[in-house]
Amino acid sequence: MHLILFLVFAGFCLAGAINLLLQGHPINSALSLIVVMTSLAVLYLLLGAEFLAIAQVIVYAGAIMVLFTFVVMLLNAGREERTMGSRVGGVVGFPAVVAILAMIAIVILHMQGLGVARLSDGITSTAELSAVLFTKLLLPFEVTSVLILIAILGAVALAGHDGSKAEERKGEQ
Amino acid sequence: MTIFQFILWSVLKVAVVTVVMLLAVAYTVLLERKLVGRIQNRWGPSRVGPFGLLQPLVDGAKSFLKEDIIPAGVYRPLYLIAPIIALGCALISIAVVPFGEPVSVAGSPHLFQISDVNIGLLVILGVTSIGVYGIALAGWSSNNKYSLLGALRSSAQLVSYELALGLSLVGVVLRAGSLNLRVIVEQQATQGMLTWNIFGGMQFVAFFIYLTAAYAETNRSPFDLPEAESELTGGYHTEYSSMKFAMFFMAEYANMITVGCVATLLFFGGWTSPFGDLIPPPQSMLVHALFPIFWFVLKVFCFLFLYVWVRGTLPRFRYDQLMNFGWRWLLPLAMLNIVAISLWLAYR
Repeated sequence: MHLILFLVFAGFCLAGAINLLLQGHPINSALSLIVVMTSLAVLYLLLGAEFLAIAQVIVYAGAIMVLFTFVVMLLNAGREERTMGSRVGGVVGFPAVVAILAMIAIVILHMQGLGVARLSDGITSTAELSAVLFTKLLLPFEVTSVLILIAILGAVALAGHDGSKAEERKGEQ
Repeated sequence: MTIFQFILWSVLKVAVVTVVMLLAVAYTVLLERKLVGRIQNRWGPSRVGPFGLLQPLVDGAKSFLKEDIIPAGVYRPLYLIAPIIALGCALISIAVVPFGEPVSVAGSPHLFQISDVNIGLLVILGVTSIGVYGIALAGWSSNNKYSLLGALRSSAQLVSYELALGLSLVGVVLRAGSLNLRVIVEQQATQGMLTWNIFGGMQFVAFFIYLTAAYAETNRSPFDLPEAESELTGGYHTEYSSMKFAMFFMAEYANMITVGCVATLLFFGGWTSPFGDLIPPPQSMLVHALFPIFWFVLKVFCFLFLYVWVRGTLPRFRYDQLMNFGWRWLLPLAMLNIVAISLWLAYR
């Protein structure tokens, strides 16, 4: 049962990812990315990571991709133009990606002492996950959140700064 | 229980819940038209059947039989799939809602809940957050400026208010120590009304934040900017006709019902009686099983009534007011509420 679900959703995931690259229109690519992310969420769920799965759906498929489509709609981006450079990118890029992924896979497969996760493993409850996050991994967890906070502050500062400068310029004129 | 029994029970439960849900959607529309009629000093629908009770059936037939117009300039694949996404997501989220006490008959799983998942609350949030694509894609693919503006407003509104909505639920989860909707209800049920989250659980601020944010999430008055008739003709569904329009309409009402269910489960004790043990439990098995359903439906009905009442009473927000309110008031209030609840839970 687990294996069938894994094959189905891994297939969805790959198909979405390939479709993302092949589509000419940005909105189709964005929608394919949503398919990739939701099927990844199902794969997480199969591995027993329930909170990670639903966080993937809420945060990535729900919030971040809404912003992507929002931008596509706002800019009214059309079909992308094919230039000489993009053709070269296609010819060189695909083999390069395959090579890099193969290298990463080899390194990971040869690494010792990695934990093992099976498809039929039990569900790790949200309580267990948070217990680990707030005890063993407290420092990295908090540092990451501070990092995101800094990014937010930076974005606000950039947006606000631009606005005030525009007003100054108006005043000068 | 074998896998075939499981599938059989699931299909059965899904079929029953879907039919009941669609009927409820149809009659919520009637309820709204009747109530808004009374608020505006007129009768509302009264011609079809006694008290206009057959009006939803006639409306449905009308939607089916109308001509389905697809405008020339639309982006067809997305134009066609958008109403399906909207209605699909609206109906899926009801799958984790428990309607009554966990009862099992002849080796069946819980009879009054399609699926009892550990992260039920988050599943509802996740499905709702996917539902926004229905509206966004409808507006974009229609190739119409009013539709596009409606869709943009809607996506911005949903992303903004989702934060406040999510944060308002943290207090409830902290008190229950679980994201499972059944556990959240059972933990409120010990002393009847006194231990409901909104009274004994000190969650009244969270409740009002949730209700406000949920009204914005479902695009309902006073936050119905995405379909503000006076500015955008019809908003995101301007170019939709016939059954496709009806699907958006049904999605909106199904979302209202889901919000009512979630509010009932999280703040008003779900299917439990407000009187706790004051009423002795009924002797008959059937009554014992159906009594909780009665309380649940009654509470959800009150929320639907409130929805219509608010729509009949409050004027629409202006767009900048909406954004200011969401980010400058609701979000900080929700964060303060989390801090206050955590302190209360730690030192009570």
